Amino acid sequence: MTLAASGISRELMKGNEAICVGAIAAGCRFYYGYPITPQNDIPEYMAAHLPPIGGMFLQAESEVATINFLLGASASGKRVMTSSSGPGISLMQEGLSYMAGMELPAVIVNISRSGPGLGGIAPSQGDYFQAVKGGGHGGYRMPVLAPHSVQEMYSLTMRAFDLSDKYRNPAMILGDAVIGQMKEPFVPTPYLPTVSAEKPWALTGCAGRERRIVKSLYLKDDEIEVHNWKLHRKYTTMQKEEVLYESYCMDGARVVIVAFGTAARVSKTAIQVARREGIPVGMLRPVTLFPFPSREVNEAAGVADAILVIEMNTGQMLEDVRMSTRHHDKIRFLGKPCAIPTPEEILQEIRRLAGEIGAGR
Amino acid sequence: MKGTAPAPTGTIEIDFERCKACELCVPACPKHCIEMGDRINRHGYVAALFARPLDCTGCAICAESCPDVCIRVWR
Amino acid sequence: MKDKRRETFPRAVFSRPRSLLDVRSHYCPGCHHGIAHRILAETIDRFDVRGKTVGVAPVGCAVLMYDYIDVDFAEAPHGRAPAVATGVKRAHPDRFVFTYQGDGDLAAIGTSEIIHAANRGENITVLFINNTTYGMTGGQMAPTTMLGQKTATSPYGREFRNDGYPIKVAELLATIEGTAYSARVATSTPAQIRKAKEAVRKAFDMQIREVGFSLVEFLSTCPTNWGMKPLDAQKRVLGEISGYFPLGVYKERKQADFV
Repeated sequence: MTLAASGISRELMKGNEAICVGAIAAGCRFYYGYPITPQNDIPEYMAAHLPPIGGMFLQAESEVATINFLLGASASGKRVMTSSSGPGISLMQEGLSYMAGMELPAVIVNISRSGPGLGGIAPSQGDYFQAVKGGGHGGYRMPVLAPHSVQEMYSLTMRAFDLSDKYRNPAMILGDAVIGQMKEPFVPTPYLPTVSAEKPWALTGCAGRERRIVKSLYLKDDEIEVHNWKLHRKYTTMQKEEVLYESYCMDGARVVIVAFGTAARVSKTAIQVARREGIPVGMLRPVTLFPFPSREVNEAAGVADAILVIEMNTGQMLEDVRMSTRHHDKIRFLGKPCAIPTPEEILQEIRRLAGEIGAGR
Repeated sequence: MKGTAPAPTGTIEIDFERCKACELCVPACPKHCIEMGDRINRHGYVAALFARPLDCTGCAICAESCPDVCIRVWR
Repeated sequence: MKDKRRETFPRAVFSRPRSLLDVRSHYCPGCHHGIAHRILAETIDRFDVRGKTVGVAPVGCAVLMYDYIDVDFAEAPHGRAPAVATGVKRAHPDRFVFTYQGDGDLAAIGTSEIIHAANRGENITVLFINNTTYGMTGGQMAPTTMLGQKTATSPYGREFRNDGYPIKVAELLATIEGTAYSARVATSTPAQIRKAKEAVRKAFDMQIREVGFSLVEFLSTCPTNWGMKPLDAQKRVLGEISGYFPLGVYKERKQADFV
């Protein structure tokens, strides 16, 4: 169905705002947040747009309080979202671990900035480990979706709500300052729910039913071990069913870039130019960072002569790429911590690699 | 009938197994009806004992003072 | 003989509150958590809100209170109960929401959360158990530990130059505009227990009438970690502790600003 025929008009918005549109479309009516650059557009948008539709916006006294507002709202059966940046996401880790242990859904948005510490407000992908390896204590995981366009900021947020409800587990959108702050048109496609809205475990007051307890404390002998294996099964199921990735110009590719988010977005430009120069280069772009597309990376590494991992950090997803395949000898890394790699820099590396493996004209 | 104590106007029952022998009820009773017993319950506590039922007025102060809600009171 | 007595005294005048589950608690002998739990359960029954109550349990000795109070419960991370309760109350404004927290939970790690919940006038009720120590973790110094009090982490006695002064929560929160009710009670004498019930009723009423944030601070004993017999622990509350932490109502709004 063409856009015109569908009657949906395109919107021109910042990525941060598109997240809010996606959340509202997915039925989120509760947002709690705290100011931190570069995600302020999100609480600001929600502060303006939720009250008129009967939603609840509340700015907390800290990100620690924020994640616990989320915990309370989620335990009450509501779809709820928050957003922050690296330092705030660090403060939320305790709450995220509790929510994973309590099996509570919620969407957490990290519009990454430079780190560590106060770092800077330039974009970065330095929060990759924190996001995908379970940033808090206890070994929990979260589905982590990495948009590389304003369109995906919209659509992946909707998906994150469904994923977090399906698995009763927090889910994360891992963006960065570029995608958050940039404006480009996107199409607010309709939200099509893929999970039931029923939450038979929610705390609503036990009138007329058995009372419910939502907790993460398990003191009796092997209860906590059994609980950990239950959570583990969620993560293995996610690995089987929820992997999302994009193959870009992969046919005949002998140099394969593996990159996500902004790094992948910029790589597309470099790939276009290189392809015109006859260099067989393509890209495998993980959209879910957890679950990581290990199988696809392994397949690509089997066929290609060189794997070029490009990240806006000093090498984090690089480790997951290495874990996905035994072809370590083929793996190269281009890292730009806290800065955007330019198409020229990527193009240069592609040409160098192509020369190395004797590919191209 | 001079000199005989007034008849009790209430009574209590102490949950022997649940009592943790904290002794809070003993001084609480205005009529000193309760003292520590000598039988050990299955949790290892020497439970309190309703020793002088005839003096009980059913005021329930003992029950109010018990942290483990071991005492029921009737009038 | 018992049945004969029962015939002569047929009317039950004191029995377990409906909202208090009939199970043996893990609390130590003489621990006042038990009394505060019973008062809470009695008040839930009195206002008939059991079916629409959501409790928020702390991290501390009372973390297991969801095994004792027969309502829906969420367990909050240490110190975060007022924030979790905010999330719950905002999700269901017509539910009765309370938190129950110890002095380590509320006055140390959770200071920011309690102050801002009060400042927002969050329509929740907080029962704050002050026993001047961290009970569950083995008797460490708490923000409310008395000067000179020896604890596992103030073995030479709390000393203000090093450890500052015991924090007075009921007074502190009474200075906050959003607070509708702030009182301090104790449960070491029958009369105190009666007043404590009155205070908790007032606090419940504040929430139900949507007047705003309510808190009742309970001066409580911790015989085990004070290394005292329960009766002596109560004397300590009646003496030294009540001296520094005076009982009373520190704030009571007549009605909400926004009604």
